[in-house]
Amino acid sequence: MFQLINTILIGLTSGAIYSLMALAIVLVWRSTRVINFAQAGLALASTYIGYQVLQVIDNYWLALVIAMIAGASLSAFIELAFMRILLKHTNSGPIASVAPIIATLGLLGIVKALITMIWGGQDVIVKPPLSNTGFSIGTQTLVFSPMKLAIIISVALLVISFSLIFQKTNIGLALRASAYAPEIARLAGVKVDFVRTLGWALSGASGAVAGLLLTSNGNGSFSPESIEFSLLLISGFIAAVIGGLDSLVGAVIGGLVLGLATAFVLMYVSGSLFFVAPFVILLLVLFIRPQGIIGTKAGRRA
Amino acid sequence: MLFVVTQQLLLPISERGHKLSLVVNNLVVDHGAIRALNGVSFSVETGKLSAVIGANGAGKSTLLRTLSGLNKATEGSATWGDHNLLHGKPESHVRHGVSHVSEGKSVVAELTVEENLELGALWRRNKKESRETKKEVIELFPRLGERLEQRADTLSGGERQMLAIGRALMARPMLLLLDEPSLGLAPLVIEQIFQTIRGIVDSMKVTVVLVEQNAIGALKIADTGVVLNLGHVAATGSASDLIADPAVRAAYLGY
Repeated sequence: MFQLINTILIGLTSGAIYSLMALAIVLVWRSTRVINFAQAGLALASTYIGYQVLQVIDNYWLALVIAMIAGASLSAFIELAFMRILLKHTNSGPIASVAPIIATLGLLGIVKALITMIWGGQDVIVKPPLSNTGFSIGTQTLVFSPMKLAIIISVALLVISFSLIFQKTNIGLALRASAYAPEIARLAGVKVDFVRTLGWALSGASGAVAGLLLTSNGNGSFSPESIEFSLLLISGFIAAVIGGLDSLVGAVIGGLVLGLATAFVLMYVSGSLFFVAPFVILLLVLFIRPQGIIGTKAGRRA
Repeated sequence: MLFVVTQQLLLPISERGHKLSLVVNNLVVDHGAIRALNGVSFSVETGKLSAVIGANGAGKSTLLRTLSGLNKATEGSATWGDHNLLHGKPESHVRHGVSHVSEGKSVVAELTVEENLELGALWRRNKKESRETKKEVIELFPRLGERLEQRADTLSGGERQMLAIGRALMARPMLLLLDEPSLGLAPLVIEQIFQTIRGIVDSMKVTVVLVEQNAIGALKIADTGVVLNLGHVAATGSASDLIADPAVRAAYLGY
C-alpha cells in the first residue's frame, strides 16, 4: 500500500512536468503543424536564464516567472525569424513535410551550442526552493516531498490559466479558430500570422516552466548535455501523441498517463528500464490507438 | 453560337452610367501553369445582388477567392469603392467591409455556434455594437439562437450555411461574397437560404456577389448576373434578361 502511494505520487510529479512539455509541443503543432525539436533547447535556455536570475535575486518563483517570459520571447522570436520564412520557402515539393522538422533539429543544435558558449559546458545548480526530503507517514518516509507537491501545484496553476485563456478569452477563441481552420479564421478577420506567433510564445512559456521544474524535481544540477532534457523532449512528444497531438486536454492527460506508467514500470518491473519504458509505451499507444487517447478516429483534418 | 448574347448585355454595366461599387477589370488569375481566370470584367452596383453562374471549373470560386485576398491575381484590377481588393490579406479586407463565405459551409466545426458568430466580430473594437449585431443575426436566423451552445458540426447542412452567413454578417459587411451556399442542401432549404440572401440585400443594404451552380435559382433572386465560362465572361446583364436569353438558357439553365 505504501509502495503504491509512493509510486502514484512520483508518477504524478514527473507526469505533470511531461504534461507541460506535451502542451508546448501541441501548441506549436496546432499553430503551425510542425513538431518542434528545438523545444528541448528552448526549455534548457530558459532554465539557464532562470539560473542566471537566481544569481542576482534569491527568489525561485520570481526566477520561474522570468524564465517563462524569456521562454515565450525566445520561442516567438524563432517563429518570426526562422520558421515563418522557412515554411514559406518549403511549402511545396517532396521536402515540404520534412524540411521544417529537420530545421528544428538544426535549431536545437544551434541553441545548445549558444548555451555552451554563454554558460559553459559544466554542471550548474539551481537549488530547489523547497525540501526534497519526503513526507513521512508514521515511521515510513515517502519519496514525495514538499518540492514535488509544489511542482504539481505549479503545473496545475499553469494548466488552469491556459485553459481559462483558451476557453474564456477572445484571444483564446482566435487561437482555437486559427488552429482548427486557419482559412476561415482569416476570412473572419483574425490576424492568423500574429496568432501563430502567440501560439509559439505560449509554447515557449510552457516549456520553460517544464525545464526549471524538471531540475527541481531532481537535485537541481544540469548542463547543456543533460540527458534529462533530451528525455523531457521525448517524453513530452510521447505524451502529446498519447493525447492525440491536437488536444490541450489530451496533452495534460497524456503527460500524467506517461508519468504514472513509467513510475509503475520502474517500481514494479525494473529500475533499469528508465530509458526504455517511455518508448515501449509510445509503441504500445501507436499500435493500439494511433489516434491517441483523446484524438478522434477519423483525424480532425481528414 | 452558344454564347451569342445581345450587344446590350455584353456592354459592361459601367458604360451604362450607373453608380458603381464593385469594379472588376480584366482580372487574370493563374493556378501554377493553369490560367483560371482570363480577363474577367464586370461590376456590381451598391446594394445589388449579382449572381455569378457557370459550370464546374469556370473559375467562379477562384474569382471570389481572389476578391477576398485568398488568391493572388496575375493581372487586372478589382476595387470596392476606393479599396483595392488585390492588395492585402483577407483579414484586412474584412476591416474594409468585405466578407467572404467560402465554399462548403465555412464554419469552424470544433467551435460552438456562438463562438463561430463571435469569431466574426473579434476584430471589432466596439464590443457593445458587436453584441447588438449578434442579436440581429440571431433574429435573422432564430434556429441558430436555439443552438448557441452546440458545436457547429452537430448542425444540419442548412443550419451550417446559415451559421457561415451569420458569421460573415457579424463583421457588418458592405460587400458579401457567397460561394455556393446551396451546395449539398435539400431544395426546400435552398429556397429558404436564397430568400434569406435576398432579404439581406434588401433590408441590410448589403451588396452581394453570389456564386452558384444552381444557376436558375440564383438568377431568380439576383438583380444582375455574370456568366463565366472557362475563365471568360460569356455574358453579363440583368438577371431577368439572362434568364430570358435562349443561349444562356440552353447552356446553363438546362431548358
